[in-house]
Amino acid sequence: MQKYNSEKLKAISDNIRIDIIKSLSEAGSGHTGGSLGITDIFTVLYFNVLNHDPGNPEWEDRDRVILSIGHVAPVLYSTLAHAGYFPKEELKTLRKLGSRLQGHPGKEHGLSGIELSAGSLGQGLSVSVGLAISAKMDNKNHRVYSIHGDGELQEGAIWEAAMSAAHYRLDNLTAVIDRNCVQIDGKTSDVMELEPLADKWKSFGWNVIECNGHDHAELIKAFKDAKTFKDKPSVIIAKTIMGKGVKEIEDNYRWHGKAPNKEEAERFIKQILKK
Amino acid sequence: MKYINKGDKPTKTGFGEGLAKAGEKHSNLICLGTDITSSVGMNYFSEKFPERFFSLGIAEQNAIGVAAGFALAGKIPVFSTYGVFAAMRVTDQVRVSVCYNNLHVVIGGAHAGISVGPDGATHQALEDIAVMRVLPNMTVLSPCDATQTKVATIAAIEKVKGPVYVRFGREAVPDFTDPNQEFEIGKGQLLKDGNDISIISTGHLTWEALHAAYQLEKEGISARVINIHTIKPIDEHIIVKAARETHAVITAEEHQVNGGFGSAVAEVVVRNFPVPMDFIGMNDSFGESGEPEELMQKYGMTAASVIEKVKKILSL
Repeated sequence: MQKYNSEKLKAISDNIRIDIIKSLSEAGSGHTGGSLGITDIFTVLYFNVLNHDPGNPEWEDRDRVILSIGHVAPVLYSTLAHAGYFPKEELKTLRKLGSRLQGHPGKEHGLSGIELSAGSLGQGLSVSVGLAISAKMDNKNHRVYSIHGDGELQEGAIWEAAMSAAHYRLDNLTAVIDRNCVQIDGKTSDVMELEPLADKWKSFGWNVIECNGHDHAELIKAFKDAKTFKDKPSVIIAKTIMGKGVKEIEDNYRWHGKAPNKEEAERFIKQILKK
Repeated sequence: MKYINKGDKPTKTGFGEGLAKAGEKHSNLICLGTDITSSVGMNYFSEKFPERFFSLGIAEQNAIGVAAGFALAGKIPVFSTYGVFAAMRVTDQVRVSVCYNNLHVVIGGAHAGISVGPDGATHQALEDIAVMRVLPNMTVLSPCDATQTKVATIAAIEKVKGPVYVRFGREAVPDFTDPNQEFEIGKGQLLKDGNDISIISTGHLTWEALHAAYQLEKEGISARVINIHTIKPIDEHIIVKAARETHAVITAEEHQVNGGFGSAVAEVVVRNFPVPMDFIGMNDSFGESGEPEELMQKYGMTAASVIEKVKKILSL
């Protein structure tokens, strides 16, 4: 698929955000804050970084994206639709009976572009490790991108997986942490401190890259640096703001698991367009 | 025909032999170890195909996810640890990463049952059948001896498309089934015909069930013995036929009665042809340390306990 520069990416991420808000408002429930906060990362991944072909989603040599935090499904769906995996019209069916757009990604419902049914936190990195070892065994050059929340890192299984990725020197694996510093009960530092986060990953044998998770150019560089680093898996700790793009909900953990009503949705969309 | 013990052999050896055999034919077969590789019989594979064996340390939750990743990439991963961990420490990982994705991951549940003996309750898997059979997409195999465990393992690799749990034990137990048997997923086996009652059993207890039936024959009671090596999908036909023709059913398993194999049989019986039933197995308690035979006796999982239950149910 064509790779876009950071100028074009800005407009794409605005449109992805607008469709996230529309679909969540139609659904009446779902995770708004996290989906908007991680939108720039998804935009850069799907419109600049990944080797993929929306017309041939099962292409053997495609890069794999494992979304461990299934609750931000709206950003995955909106990004996939914008990339051309399925018609944008279908975004309206989010969370509805019979929809291919399940509340958390469910492959058995047949939506193209989904690599893994997931949503129970702390499981995706292990799956990514299996995919990455497998690619190395088969001398394949595709990469595995594993997307995680920061709160999710409180799950012990993440660190089991982190150990194993370093043990097998999986330099074809890039993990991305959406470091927004908030989770459902409040600030991550109040719920369960994660710092010193970069040191934790370093001590587990990973190459650590820190960047601004809303700056497209910085993200592009971070993904490039991860790709060229040898012998260790890389983790990009991307500093983000939950609810990014909609000023009135930015950094407000109350919007972690809440959907906007019709009125709010209209207001939010205006705020995104104004910028 | 009367079944003869060819010599005691642990069912985990059958698991290991099955992996080694299937590994020759399937170059995409992968084994994942969590520090107890020989203890679960996986050394038969890891010594033969070291390049396809991956050590993952004492980290079962990760191992299940790694297995799911291998399966997504087109490999056939086998993960094995003690049944207590395989079924319960990682239930959520098995449910979501493996079952919800309907991935062909082979899970070996070792050290099943109370016959693990002296290690005591923490390591005696007595709830794994109940947990595994309730998960959508999961196939549950529970072979009765080492020979059958070998063919069951190969069938789990070759014939099942989705997740599959293979249950086996540590103790050497009578090895009596035909080495040339074909393992048909979902098919029960009529080992001995009879008209007065049916003893439907799984795993190690099938040998006890047979011996109970031989003894009962001498006392004028004609007991049918059916071995169920596939608990899910279960062979409804053979169970309903048994209920219809013998009018009483006893199940036998080295596992909790609650929610286990007996419950699976009862679900079939009550829906189709309700008859009096009773259950041999653990009765809602943990095990304890002891020699395997002492424990089997204390907790009522021997031929003698089968005979006792048969007589009780027939006198109703």
